[in-house]
Amino acid sequence: MLATELLMYIFLFATLFFQVFILLTFLDTRKDLFKKKDFKLSKFPSVTIMVPCFNEERTVAGTIDSLLALDYPKDKLSIMAIDDGSTDSTPEVLKQFNDNPQVTVYVKENGGKHTALNFGLEKIESDLVGCLDADSFVKEDALKIVVSYFMSDKEIDAVTPSIIIREPKSIIQRVQRAEYYGSIFLRKMLSYLGAIYVTPGPFSIFKRDVFTSLGNYHHAYNTEDFELALRMHSNNMKIVNAHEAHVTTVGPYSARALHKQRLRWTFGFLKNIIDYKHLFSTRKGALGAIVLPSGIIALFTIVFFVSVSLYNIAILSINKILALQAINWRLSGSPFSFDLFYLNTDASLIIGIVLVFMTILAFTYGRKMVEQKDLLTGEFILFAVLYVFVAPLWIIHSFYNLILAKSTEWR
Amino acid sequence: MNNYNYDWKKYLTALLITAFIFVTSVAISNHFSNQKIESLRLIGDSISIDILSSDTQFDLLESSSCEAVDNSTFSKELNALGERVAFAEKQRTNTEEVQLLKKQYTLLLIKDYILMKKISARCEVEPIFVLYFYSNIEDCADCTRQGHVLTYLRQKYPQLRVYAFDYHLDLPALSTLLSISGITTADILPVLIIEDQQYKGFMELEDLEALPLFIELQVQKEAEEADKKAEEETAKNEKNNKNLEKTAIEE
Repeated sequence: MLATELLMYIFLFATLFFQVFILLTFLDTRKDLFKKKDFKLSKFPSVTIMVPCFNEERTVAGTIDSLLALDYPKDKLSIMAIDDGSTDSTPEVLKQFNDNPQVTVYVKENGGKHTALNFGLEKIESDLVGCLDADSFVKEDALKIVVSYFMSDKEIDAVTPSIIIREPKSIIQRVQRAEYYGSIFLRKMLSYLGAIYVTPGPFSIFKRDVFTSLGNYHHAYNTEDFELALRMHSNNMKIVNAHEAHVTTVGPYSARALHKQRLRWTFGFLKNIIDYKHLFSTRKGALGAIVLPSGIIALFTIVFFVSVSLYNIAILSINKILALQAINWRLSGSPFSFDLFYLNTDASLIIGIVLVFMTILAFTYGRKMVEQKDLLTGEFILFAVLYVFVAPLWIIHSFYNLILAKSTEWR
Repeated sequence: MNNYNYDWKKYLTALLITAFIFVTSVAISNHFSNQKIESLRLIGDSISIDILSSDTQFDLLESSSCEAVDNSTFSKELNALGERVAFAEKQRTNTEEVQLLKKQYTLLLIKDYILMKKISARCEVEPIFVLYFYSNIEDCADCTRQGHVLTYLRQKYPQLRVYAFDYHLDLPALSTLLSISGITTADILPVLIIEDQQYKGFMELEDLEALPLFIELQVQKEAEEADKKAEEETAKNEKNNKNLEKTAIEE
């Protein structure tokens, strides 16, 4: 029992340290964060956005329309839709763009997202190249903002946007909306620390040179966006976040779909982290010293706390059953009374409250950063309650797959 | 080219803040624990004074004191204190303080038990108490079960006093009580003493309820319930009659 408590406090300390570190980064950078910036461009580099699609008949047209509506010179922006052997009507939907000079449509045999992207990369010669998942939509000024980041610092190799959940309908999607606000905040802080470890599928833009010097996308356990970011860090490349550039994406609708997506992400994270273990080095700054180790610790922390909680719940239930059995299942009829004396005042609980407060702060600032006005209280409570139960499932499942050397699927 | 610079000051500041939050949390937690212990001590002191007062009153008034001495309210207070001490013991904080409180509580129980025995002998009333010896050091599953049964009975019959003694508590007065009660080994636990009769091992709820003490308590309970029902009925009838009279006057 003492060992469990010791382990609990070690995990709490590590989690708190990471949160405090992020909070200090926020305090250091808050002026820059909320400064009104002018994103006027004097020069427009050529850009190609690839839209890999597999069975995206319902959303792909909207995705391409949002790209066509981007506030960017038409002769400088090309859109490349690559159908990765869809079995639904995606190829027919794409036909409507055949006459648009900005859009090129390709159809290839199914081979996975990374093959579709590599197919496109072979044909691209623009200065900048990006990807937009076929279930995501860009805001009009997104590209201008991203390009202005490239223009302001020649050292930048890739820029990631802020990703917002689009029109959440199910409870699972609403929960993700809250979660994504937290991610927006965290990603920006990681950007200041030079420690962004994923260039997400929705609208991450790269210099063409990145692929010329590092090679194309890898399969990378179906998390090619994570692997590419780690590969870039291995080569000391710079990834920043343009939080003012907004992209909306359709989050998984059901708990099952979310589980599958997160299983892929978590499993990919673990596998790629093993492949890139050399990044766990103080020579990689905050990325190697804090961010990546914290990612691993966070997974173990969640598994630990859930296991301990489940164990405690089981013991409590067994005791309750034994107590009822001892009195032959009669109801004792004792009225419930609230007594402050029995309130848990453990140090771990107080630290837990501090952590929750910091998390709420991150979510709130994440929302403020993307200028969203939606009320978050309900979603945050849902997030806190629901994720406690569902997140451990995909984490444990990922560890299980990792141990048994199983792989994950895209869908 | 990424700049993987180190800002050592920030790492150190984060470490210091984290340590500060940790130390503060532990200090706050300790403060609350101490407050709880203090509240237990205050309850203990208050009960101690009440018992001593009753005992003294009883001795002063001799046999005419049966009606004057009424310490039935202690039962609830003692039970509440016992539950709180048990909770504090489980928390495993301030262990020494809690053990000290447990000894104080056990002494109060013994003192109250002696007083109750005196009252029942002198006033010729049935003693409504159960002596319960348990162990929570060894794996005494039957003790846990017996504890549940007694908790249920105490809730069902609020006037019942359960004197629960931890066999392993290092307290001379308890050792004497154990030896008087003939409990020399923890192997026979749980042990119940009801109306001077000793019962070794786990006692089923049905077996306990078949004992004269609990039959009497049940009869009392039913009588009280019947009285209460009759009172309610009378009050209801009176109200109806008043309403009828009021309607008649208005008409």
